[in-house]
Amino acid sequence: MPRVMSVAIAFLIAVLARPVAAADAVNPDADFKAFRDYFTKRFPNVPLNDFVNGPYSMDAELRKQWQAIDDFPPYDFAIDRGKQMFATPFKNGKFYGDCFPNQGIGIRQNYPYFDDKTGEIVTLELALNRCREANGEAPYSYVKDEMASLTAYMAFTSRGKPFDIKIPDDPRALAAFEKGEQYFYTRRGQLNFSCASCHVQLPGEHIRTEVLAPALGILAAMPIYRSEWNGMGTISRRFVTCNSQVRGVPLPPQDELYRDVEYFLSYMSNGLPIAGPGARP
Amino acid sequence: MRTRKLFVVTGLCWLAAVAAASAASTEADFKGALNAAEAAEKAAGTLKNQWTTTGQALAAAKKAAAAGDFDTAVNEAKHAEALAKASIAQATEQQDAWRSAVIR
Repeated sequence: MPRVMSVAIAFLIAVLARPVAAADAVNPDADFKAFRDYFTKRFPNVPLNDFVNGPYSMDAELRKQWQAIDDFPPYDFAIDRGKQMFATPFKNGKFYGDCFPNQGIGIRQNYPYFDDKTGEIVTLELALNRCREANGEAPYSYVKDEMASLTAYMAFTSRGKPFDIKIPDDPRALAAFEKGEQYFYTRRGQLNFSCASCHVQLPGEHIRTEVLAPALGILAAMPIYRSEWNGMGTISRRFVTCNSQVRGVPLPPQDELYRDVEYFLSYMSNGLPIAGPGARP
Repeated sequence: MRTRKLFVVTGLCWLAAVAAASAASTEADFKGALNAAEAAEKAAGTLKNQWTTTGQALAAAKKAAAAGDFDTAVNEAKHAEALAKASIAQATEQQDAWRSAVIR
């Protein structure tokens, strides 16, 4: 039966191939407006800033459960641990804060950013590991608890601050934005899903027991405690898991394309408040 | 008598044909199928669009071959090749088709 399904899916991919659309020039401002309009018109009863609460903005019953859980937030331990890590010097006596503007406090809303020296997108997770390496420490796994604790603490110090992602007038920045946009809308995996299949076409709908989150504001609550994971998860972990769930081989965490899609999604959320760390079913 | 001979000869030919068609796969058959599957999977990798199920089929093919079950090994390797080619077709089609999904 799985083999029959595989062949059927392959056949569908070939048959349903759509005609090639004309390549459009990249225009982040126009894409931002269209993206915002799409979600606000589709969900007119959801206050704009509430989109950052993901599935809870879509489902009243789920929201009640979340509010009950949030009396004793399951991510609190990660904030505490991250704060402690920030206060603990590296072997050379320096701190995480020394690598960041404002000692790393209240800056999460500015990530990811385009680095005009290297021409690449720098995410908060990447910046944290580069900070470690610059100070003689081994990098952390991008998908495990240490990284989630650091980003949880940094997100907590930025709560309520609006996303402020810049796309400078630099062809490399525009190319990164477009690559991220392409990745977001590209179908992949044997199940032939794109990120947009779930988070643009189907927010508020169920896949099994899960309520799908809208793409607007989807990274604002990262990192998250997920009951499904029984622990914290970073943005890297979320991307890797999404790819696996559609039966696609994930890219290495912090692959250029993952950073580009984070850039694209964060820009689309400009103006929405940081709400991390968050909790999800 | 002549009719009986004809039936016997026809029957023997049919048996021979069936035997030939269902001949057990060899290690060489498996290696050929595996090479084709791995080449397709490598091409899917350059497009950053491998499927998890392709890897699973490749692993099943190698496991069957290690156990000397070359019929299963060849079938799994051919399955892996089909999956890898489908993932390449998907990536090629999506190279431009993604634009039609963008919110405008």
